Amino acid sequence: MDKHTGMTLIVKMITQVMIGFLLVFGAYIVLYGHITPGGGFPGGVMIALAYILLTLAYGRKVVESKISGVAASIVDDLGALLFWLVGIIGLYIGGRYFYNFLGKGEPFNIFSAGTIIISNIGITLKVGMSLYAIFLALAILQRVVTEEEPKEEGE
Amino acid sequence: MENLIILHILLVFMIIGAIITIEIRNMLSAVIAVGAVGFMLSVQFLFLGAPDIAITQVIVEILSLIILIRATINVDNVAIERKEEIIFSNRITLIFIGVILIFAWTAFHALPTFGEPSMRVSQFYLIHGLQEVGATNFVTSVILDFRAYDTFGEAVVLFTSISGAFAILRRWKKEQHKDFLRIDREH
Repeated sequence: MDKHTGMTLIVKMITQVMIGFLLVFGAYIVLYGHITPGGGFPGGVMIALAYILLTLAYGRKVVESKISGVAASIVDDLGALLFWLVGIIGLYIGGRYFYNFLGKGEPFNIFSAGTIIISNIGITLKVGMSLYAIFLALAILQRVVTEEEPKEEGE
Repeated sequence: MENLIILHILLVFMIIGAIITIEIRNMLSAVIAVGAVGFMLSVQFLFLGAPDIAITQVIVEILSLIILIRATINVDNVAIERKEEIIFSNRITLIFIGVILIFAWTAFHALPTFGEPSMRVSQFYLIHGLQEVGATNFVTSVILDFRAYDTFGEAVVLFTSISGAFAILRRWKKEQHKDFLRIDREH
């Protein structure tokens, strides 16, 4: 990794320690969204925040080597499609849009409440990756503006 | 009753934070005051018994704070001068807020008392939610099973807004803009 991009060494080390906890807690909030408080939206924003922390600490190039902006927007579309498919399959199986076509299971079990966990995962992919891609777009725009300003003055 | 006292104390602090946000000269301090208001709002949601909304409020507040700090950290701290036009518009705003408050005072009497469920639908969700859906978190069972169509509408709204933001922020727009500038200079 390049030492000159991003923030200081202290921030980078703390990011290395924190990033795993952030991702695991985001996944926990999503997967247990139908048992404890949480759900797809806060979990997705938390995962997006983990990637934004990486972007702020290590610079844009390191994060884009893991998930580029184009890949993030593709995952975003796939999440929206997954959420839409849950509704369409329910329409064909049960006759109603977003019919809960999977078994209800036992309460307090992770595989309970039917399609809710699939919908949560779809919303997570959608929200998390779209917010991360928007942050990347904002960061790119800022860099383009700051790099081009002195050139325009030179002309 | 203790919860109500805590709620009122938090409300007073939120109003103080909002006034600091408007009045302070330093942009970074104003952004941090906005963050303080948001965190107090999330604590209020916790005391009202809505942990789902509290989690969402905290996390979205952090995201918006990061974007606001990145947007304002390079901006010079330019304080808005108080001109006569601004004072005039402030007076007009105050008059309209007063009119709205007078009508709202009569409307507030028609609301149910604080903490009482206003809809019979919510009681149906609480009674039949566990049998019909199987989720122990009733908020999730409402937004992703009983009212999943509304959530899908929200997802569509988010998708459309993200697409619009990408259309504005895309990279080649700047280069095309430079081409336009070059054409203007040649003519």
